[in-house]
Amino acid sequence: MQALYAQLLVGLINGSFYALLSLGLAVIFGMLNIINFAHGAVYMMGAFVAYFLLNLGGINYWWALLLAPIIVGIFGMILERTMLQWLTGLDHLYGLLLTFGIALIVQGVFQNYFGSSGLPYAIPDQLKGGMNLGFMFLPVYRGWVVVFSLVVCLATWFLIEKTQLGAYLRAATENPTLVRAFGINVPRMITLTYGLGVGLAALAGVLSAPINQVRPLMGADLIIVVFAVVVIGGMGSIMGSIITGFALGVIEGLTKYFYPEASNTVVFVLMVLVLLVKPTGLTGRAA
Amino acid sequence: MKQRFSALLLGVALGFVASGASAQDKTVKIGVLTDNSGLYSDLGGAGSTLAAQMAIEDSGLAAKGWKIDLISADHQNKPDIATTIARQWIDVEKVDIFMDVLNSGVALAVNNVVKEKNSILIDTGAATSDLTNAQCSPNTVHWVYDTYMLANSTGQALVKAGGDTWYFLTADYAFGAALERDTTAVVQKAGGKVLGSVKHPLNSSDFSSFLLQAQASKAKIVGLANAGGDTTNSIKQAAEFGIVAGGQKLAGLLLFITDVHSLGLNVAQGLNFTETFYWDLNDGTRAFAKRFSERMKNKAMPSMVQAGVYSGLIHYFKALEAMGGNPHDGAKAVEKMKSMPTDDPLFGQGSIRVDGRKIHPAYLFEVKKPSESKGPWDYYKLVGTVPADQAFRPLSESACPLVKK
Repeated sequence: MQALYAQLLVGLINGSFYALLSLGLAVIFGMLNIINFAHGAVYMMGAFVAYFLLNLGGINYWWALLLAPIIVGIFGMILERTMLQWLTGLDHLYGLLLTFGIALIVQGVFQNYFGSSGLPYAIPDQLKGGMNLGFMFLPVYRGWVVVFSLVVCLATWFLIEKTQLGAYLRAATENPTLVRAFGINVPRMITLTYGLGVGLAALAGVLSAPINQVRPLMGADLIIVVFAVVVIGGMGSIMGSIITGFALGVIEGLTKYFYPEASNTVVFVLMVLVLLVKPTGLTGRAA
Repeated sequence: MKQRFSALLLGVALGFVASGASAQDKTVKIGVLTDNSGLYSDLGGAGSTLAAQMAIEDSGLAAKGWKIDLISADHQNKPDIATTIARQWIDVEKVDIFMDVLNSGVALAVNNVVKEKNSILIDTGAATSDLTNAQCSPNTVHWVYDTYMLANSTGQALVKAGGDTWYFLTADYAFGAALERDTTAVVQKAGGKVLGSVKHPLNSSDFSSFLLQAQASKAKIVGLANAGGDTTNSIKQAAEFGIVAGGQKLAGLLLFITDVHSLGLNVAQGLNFTETFYWDLNDGTRAFAKRFSERMKNKAMPSMVQAGVYSGLIHYFKALEAMGGNPHDGAKAVEKMKSMPTDDPLFGQGSIRVDGRKIHPAYLFEVKKPSESKGPWDYYKLVGTVPADQAFRPLSESACPLVKK
């Protein structure tokens, strides 16, 4: 029974990454109608930026949490301005192919220079060590990841669903022409949204750098699962993607305990089941 | 008239080429089949192709009228892709010899194709000892290391040092299964006990669930029967979950220098494991490593897999020269290679057994503390050597049909 609690907690930790990443995807899909396949690549870039900040600039983890999402976010906005914006109005497939190509290029470039085994990134001193919870030894850093990502997820949800800015954003997706008539710069809002989504992925990258190796393929390994999470939760639903992210982390954690061989597959099995029963995803609305 | 004459000339020329081929064909085509883009690409990948290129240059065969071609491809760690490439290479590209072929699942699949088509496989990257045991073939030489050797050397040393209870974290494919099986045998033979194991999918990023299960088992040794990124992530996260601090010891059953490099000495220090090549062993290895790393894009030192590609090809070239030409007959060339003693600056003197197992000493290393290291790539302390004749599975225990009993 104790082992079960431990697995639940560990699942929650992994769920935080799924939640942060699928949230970014949901934001981008919801506002831009783009299936952002480059999400794994920008997640990886976040981790690499943190590594460079530390090793070239001597800038620590805490600043990296702030700076890496901004730097990668700017990279994302440049992508949106120079390439993605030309795809508005075209079929989803074009955005998917373009971002998939970008992901391959970015990963290839990083792999060319840094190899596949990755670079070390240490846990910051303030978060080293762990607590004995009785049923498990919880590393402080993992606890921090859960709490921090939960806060970020809820803040993003609040920003989009409850603020004036969020209202403009949602309106701009519904009817861009009308919103523009009110004097709101819609293209700029879309660029900023893409930057936000990409920044969220980069943030997840920084969070994962001390846990995983900083590897060029770290995003590619994760992105397919995250897509499944988004599909299960319902494309474009903010809260849905947060909740499914955490929930699937927990389910995967339990699988790792009861039948570890299937732990990489369980998410996809669930995806198939959900698509059969409710093709719009658990929280999605029919278009 | 002119046309007819040139056709005639062409016919004569073709006749020469054909007769030349049967007598003394001095063309060779080498195929490096490896992981060029995935989790094992640092320990094989482009470095293996470079090692092959260096072997071709160092052999001096080009000056003696040989024409040697080199091609490489990415098998993506997928046996089906690998066998498709292998068939195409043999049938269309006329490749004579396959090098590297890391990943045990891939190697066992290619091993079958090579045997069926009478080609040659010098495997320097795969771990499974089955390649020279139940699945042995007259066309295959297993060059660098295998699971039996790793288990025998690292396993025995750890049990002797008091680690008599084990729990395994095993990569869920041919390699992990073979490594766990061979290590279990060694541990039990030495009087130890295996308390359990958990199989994780290849290329996992999070190991915390598996590590917690290992922790709960209270085994003294947590054996990592995985490789590449799976091993480095396991080690890093084991430190995080206080596995080592709690008194359990990690046994990286298969670690490469590229893994230690990527972990950094802070995390990797104190790990024990076995390799058959380290760049800083002697003058010969240092000279090769220096030339190698200068030509690598990220200035990496050679892994034992890459060193094996060089060493294996050098021996293959010696056999070709001794035969005076390329017979384009895999089994025949391998037969010749087995009849000659091996000797190169990287692995020293050795031989190839009848089952295809290349024999050389195995070294037990310990990773240095950061204070002991003089700089990048200065990572290992030699703590023990297993002589060549004891390092690998004795022929008396072999299930290989080529071994006459």
